[in-house]
Amino acid sequence: MLDVEAQEPPKGKWSTPPFDPRFPSQNQIRNCYQNFLDYHRCLKTRTRRGKSTQPCEYYFRVYHSLCPISWVESWNEQIKNGIFAGKI
Amino acid sequence: MAHAAQVGLQDATSPIMEELITFHDHALMIIFLICFLVLYALFLTLTTKLTNTNISDAQEMETVWTILPAIILVLIALPSLRILYMTDEVNDPSLTIKSIGHQWYWTYEYTDYGGLIFNSYMLPPLFLEPGDLRLLDVDNRVVLPIEAPIRMMITSQDVLHSWAVPTLGLKTDAIPGRLNQTTFTATRPGVYYGQCSEICGANHSFMPIVLELIPLKIFEMGPVFTL
Repeated sequence: MLDVEAQEPPKGKWSTPPFDPRFPSQNQIRNCYQNFLDYHRCLKTRTRRGKSTQPCEYYFRVYHSLCPISWVESWNEQIKNGIFAGKI
Repeated sequence: MAHAAQVGLQDATSPIMEELITFHDHALMIIFLICFLVLYALFLTLTTKLTNTNISDAQEMETVWTILPAIILVLIALPSLRILYMTDEVNDPSLTIKSIGHQWYWTYEYTDYGGLIFNSYMLPPLFLEPGDLRLLDVDNRVVLPIEAPIRMMITSQDVLHSWAVPTLGLKTDAIPGRLNQTTFTATRPGVYYGQCSEICGANHSFMPIVLELIPLKIFEMGPVFTL
């Protein structure tokens, strides 16, 4: 299973997630969840192909900014235990 | 912030609140106009002993006072809808802050700024210093820059709360399992107060919100890290 203890991204020109037209409503839970899934899918795909996972950093930044930390910790725990409901 | 015995709206600190105040005045003027018109008509009809046969079963009058209210409602609805959609704009935010409601305090997460997380409890009366505000001051303020669009992600960990700051025109429900988004841009520096606005238990009245809005240059110097 992928290492879910993602490293803190390096300091850079990151501001905050921009407006995502896929999620225009006030409820941003899908935005948070989708970027979390995208991050882990990206890690999985690029690791399998032996490529650098640096492009996955964007998804990490987005979900790290949008998702409450307790949610992320809960999901990471589920991934570790192999009981995460989402499809990665 | 509100002063003692205030019954009007607080001074605006964001463009949204400026629009809301203008709309409030607009709607209130229409309400006054209609109330005085109706009261005047009632007064006239109740104080006369005469009967006007032209008023009974008057089709023209029925038509007028059916169409005219519809026009008035449209005059109220159009600016209202405009402001409603303005409040939903995200406006390319510069900073994202997460506010998580608990019984009975708020947790704030600055994950764009080094992952700072802190709880914000109301200062108990015994801890108040001269000049502190009873039931409003907290131990850790939320410090934010002015003139920058800020996105608030609001949720709750246990029961329903509502994150409300009247001077910014903000009131967004904190619902467990749902992540509500709202944005605002402050136009002037200062300390602004809000309170939980959804009954959440015995201490619902004791979980205030304090925002300290400072110029961006000072915010960039990093006082937020010296909380």
